[in-house]
Amino acid sequence: MENIQQQFVEIFGAEWGSMLFSLATNMTFIFAIVIPLLLGVAYLTFAERKIIAYMQIRVGPNRVTFFGIPWLRGWGQPIADAVKAIMKEIVIPTGANKFLFILAPVLTIMPALAAWAVIPFSPELVLADINAGLLYILAMTSMGIYGIIIAGWASNSKYAFLGAMRSAAQVVSYELAMGFALVCVLMMSQSLNLGDIVHGQQGGSFLNWYLIPLFPMFLVYLISGVAETNRAPFDVAEGESEIVAGFHVDYSGMAFTVFFLAEYSNMILVATLTSIMFLGGWLPPVDMAPFTLVPGIVWLLLKIAFILFFFLWFRATFPRYRYDQIMRLGWKIFIPITLIWIVLLGSIMQLPESIRNIFPLNIWF
Amino acid sequence: MSFQDILFYIFSTVLVASALGVITVRNPVNSALLLVLAFVTCAGLWLLLEAEFLAIALVLVYVGAVMVLFLFVVMMLDINLDRLREGFWKWFPFGAVVALIMVVEISMVLMGKYFGLEEMPTPRPQDSDYSNTRELGRLIYTEYVYAFELAAVLLLVAMVAAIALTLRHREDKKSPNPSRQVKVRKEDRLRIVTMTAEKKE
Repeated sequence: MENIQQQFVEIFGAEWGSMLFSLATNMTFIFAIVIPLLLGVAYLTFAERKIIAYMQIRVGPNRVTFFGIPWLRGWGQPIADAVKAIMKEIVIPTGANKFLFILAPVLTIMPALAAWAVIPFSPELVLADINAGLLYILAMTSMGIYGIIIAGWASNSKYAFLGAMRSAAQVVSYELAMGFALVCVLMMSQSLNLGDIVHGQQGGSFLNWYLIPLFPMFLVYLISGVAETNRAPFDVAEGESEIVAGFHVDYSGMAFTVFFLAEYSNMILVATLTSIMFLGGWLPPVDMAPFTLVPGIVWLLLKIAFILFFFLWFRATFPRYRYDQIMRLGWKIFIPITLIWIVLLGSIMQLPESIRNIFPLNIWF
Repeated sequence: MSFQDILFYIFSTVLVASALGVITVRNPVNSALLLVLAFVTCAGLWLLLEAEFLAIALVLVYVGAVMVLFLFVVMMLDINLDRLREGFWKWFPFGAVVALIMVVEISMVLMGKYFGLEEMPTPRPQDSDYSNTRELGRLIYTEYVYAFELAAVLLLVAMVAAIALTLRHREDKKSPNPSRQVKVRKEDRLRIVTMTAEKKE
């Protein structure tokens, strides 16, 4: 590492050399995050089709193989899908606003990828270790809605516009509940840095994870996360049985695929955040010999996969919510629950030490 | 010119250009989107000033929530541009006064040496572990708590007023009440009658 930095300084001079070096390392880091993420997205679609198929007693995709290896039947499917999407023509409707029509998928995928900058994969493995990490994530995920609204408007189609309006109202209302649930996490960890939030859950076993004292918030966050990513049972923005395909009804080929990629990478992001904030991130469930030998990133990936399984399970199980029921759940149930929990948590944290010692509260606070 | 200066000039060029676009572009949706761009670049400028909390809060609140609703409304309205332009000359004197005040203020900053600006020291860059979120929280909830609560109550009043203005109870609406649906028991809907079996003669 230092040798390469030396070479950069020698070639480009003192000031520009170190800057270009940091640029190069950061770019390498970004690629090291984005490429596995996109591969993960591709295979998440495959996992979704397979898991839902097994839940419905079907087989799922089982034709495309890797170079004809028989026991990998179906595993080539995501790659075949990607090739198909690249080959297809991107049709731009005559009445559409061309610039915004092309801009919309870009605006959707940009925040979905940018939010990954502050995710800590292990104590050392983080691209940008910033103090306001959680706020940054909230800001980035709240920008994702623009892609959907602009796509709905620029398509100049009534179905697309209905989908965009539904999605805008839904995302704005669930963002509140999500933010309040995160406020509880902040109160427990007393830090906005995601790494510090994980460190705050350290201490022996899974009993120290925020999952236990904040269990209602965990549920609120997970369900709001499903609503934020417009997944079933909250997928009224797509609503293929009512408004055809919602905001992306006029998109085809790669432009459609970009929306698809953004949706799935947002799913992985919500699963990652849930595991970082409630399930102890890279920490093993018990601090004992067989568990601590496994590297932290493996534990994180296992937790992410566990939460992602819930997403797929929900989709296979629940029918779509009616629109007014979605609004009722967000405004009349989740926001009151989170507000009450914030007050409760604050009063517990202000209890004198002697009372807190009677109950086993000191492992969390 | 250092890297920070380059960033500053890029951000400010984009900011000025997009702010000009907001008031000159004909399509209201485009101008709302340019306002979003202006907010984001402004957040970038604030990041250069090491005000990371304010910058992210600007993106979170204005870009993430306020402008979404704004865009939502602008997209649904069928705005007639000619009618919007009618009041231009009527409001021109007012706008000119506001512009004049802003020009004076900016020139006071730019011609700082005539107004003794150098007596204001440049803020010292903070250490990397300094969290201005924590400092801001401490100040808001201790020293300025009354002002903060006053602002919160003002916003609440505005919200209640907006709801009160638009709230109408419709008598003819047909949407079912979910909590009543959930509470329904078998006894409320179903009556089981015992009767002797009818026999075919």
